[in-house]
Amino acid sequence: MREFSYDVVTIGGGPAGMAAALAAREAGAKRVLILERDRELGGILQQCIHNGFGLRRFEEELTGPGYAHRYIDMVKATDIDVWLDTTVLAAEPGGVITSVSPQAGLTVVRAKSVVYAMGCRERTRGAIRTPGSRPAGVFTAGAAQRMVNMEGYLPGKEVVIVGSGDIGLIMARRMTFEGAKVKAVFEIMPYSNGLTRNIVQCLEDFGIPLYLGHSVTAIHGKDRVTGITVSEVNDKLEVIEGTAFDVACDCVLLSVGLIPENELGRAAGIAVDPITSGARVDQFRETSIPGFFAAGNVLHVHDLVDWVSEEAAIAGRSAARHARGELAPSGRERSVMAGEGLRTVVPQRLTDFEPGKMSVRFYFRAAKPMGASLLQFWADDALAFERKLRVVKPSEMIVADIPVRKIGDAATLEFRVVPAPEKVAAEDEIEEEA
Amino acid sequence: MMAHMVHAIQCIGCPIGCGGEVTVKDGVVAEMTGFTCNKGLAYAAEEVVAPKRMVTTTVRVSGGGLPLLPVVSVTPVPKERIFDCLRLLRSVSVAAPVTEGTIIVSDALGLGVDFRAARDIA
Repeated sequence: MREFSYDVVTIGGGPAGMAAALAAREAGAKRVLILERDRELGGILQQCIHNGFGLRRFEEELTGPGYAHRYIDMVKATDIDVWLDTTVLAAEPGGVITSVSPQAGLTVVRAKSVVYAMGCRERTRGAIRTPGSRPAGVFTAGAAQRMVNMEGYLPGKEVVIVGSGDIGLIMARRMTFEGAKVKAVFEIMPYSNGLTRNIVQCLEDFGIPLYLGHSVTAIHGKDRVTGITVSEVNDKLEVIEGTAFDVACDCVLLSVGLIPENELGRAAGIAVDPITSGARVDQFRETSIPGFFAAGNVLHVHDLVDWVSEEAAIAGRSAARHARGELAPSGRERSVMAGEGLRTVVPQRLTDFEPGKMSVRFYFRAAKPMGASLLQFWADDALAFERKLRVVKPSEMIVADIPVRKIGDAATLEFRVVPAPEKVAAEDEIEEEA
Repeated sequence: MMAHMVHAIQCIGCPIGCGGEVTVKDGVVAEMTGFTCNKGLAYAAEEVVAPKRMVTTTVRVSGGGLPLLPVVSVTPVPKERIFDCLRLLRSVSVAAPVTEGTIIVSDALGLGVDFRAARDIA
């Protein structure tokens, strides 16, 4: 078995892994390696052929492969090593990474710093416990996306989509473009989890109906799916008797959420945030195991790749500093809480700030849709910072920079999203009517 | 009496997602309500008169590592011609290698819209 040693190794060569590796190299790490299980770099972006990527990062609208290409070119212009077709089996504390590939066989890499960048996986039919038989023709939307956009197969001709996540909406348009009839999208929640832009341009443009507050109560078919039964649900998400109806189809696509593909992190014993299912990290994106960092969708599921690149650059720079012994373990550690109105916050903890650090960027997911609101930061139970949000949607990440001087030495740190006082809300209404 | 139509338009410019109405008289935008920024007003005005969309799809590629090449319109396509463009692109086949940015179809259907390769295929 061959052994190698590197300063920084990223596990995953998608947008997070590439951005982390580039940032690590720029920050002075001499030997940097990207481990990628696919045949090429780029990760999931390579199958996301629609456009709309990169408005923030490159200030232009790119396709998924186009965004990936920018980063692949940047990686190629450096001496960063890339191992393709390489699956990591384990990454143990101390930085011992065991991987396997058809070309190199079983290999051990010793890394001073490791960046987890494995991305996320789709929730499946099992995850939403859909009753009924187990026929062929039921796919996750992302699996269908790969078939249609990269492999040249159409997974069905009469399609229903369950869940209104962005991949499902994008696939509604994509299947329509390829000649399939998309009959409807069914969403159990009273609101969509997709971006408004996608509801308009992927459904309304083609007259595809979106049923909110509807749940699939049966999937029919013996060998191949023949249809589904759908019912309305009440505000407790319980099926309302007498509302059931059937929809015939030969294909069901599921777009019911994403979960970090964090098995390597869990196996290594990192502390995991039960809500994000990703690592609990500090502002350097360091996990509970020193020298192990996390970024991108394996840390928390993002809606924009631009934020993934930015977050991964933080992880990469920190990994380079750790490799040089400059990121000393901090004596003091403070938890950051997602309070009222919020589901998640990243980073979940703060360690000592770098000298000269002016602000810390936090990323949040809201618990429910809200109108005009205030994002509040509470330090030791005193309101330290407040920012107006014109609208709050669980599908769109909230990003806020909190000045270090507002964080101070407080022991307890909590964020909340609360409805804006009426005066602020009223001003908004006037503005919207103008 | 002038032709008078009110269109409900959902803005897609940002997460706020304003819903508004555009009144068109004799093919000209006469009044807009509900939009709260200039970007929204511009989008809504174009959306009722001449809606356009960027189009992304795939064409066949032979001799490469993958059977399909993703392509993207360089400029937006008039909405009512999207399916005509897709039909045209379905008949297109190219040979590998292809580099990102190569024009695969120029001036599709005389619309003045080019389609280019969205990635390399070795």
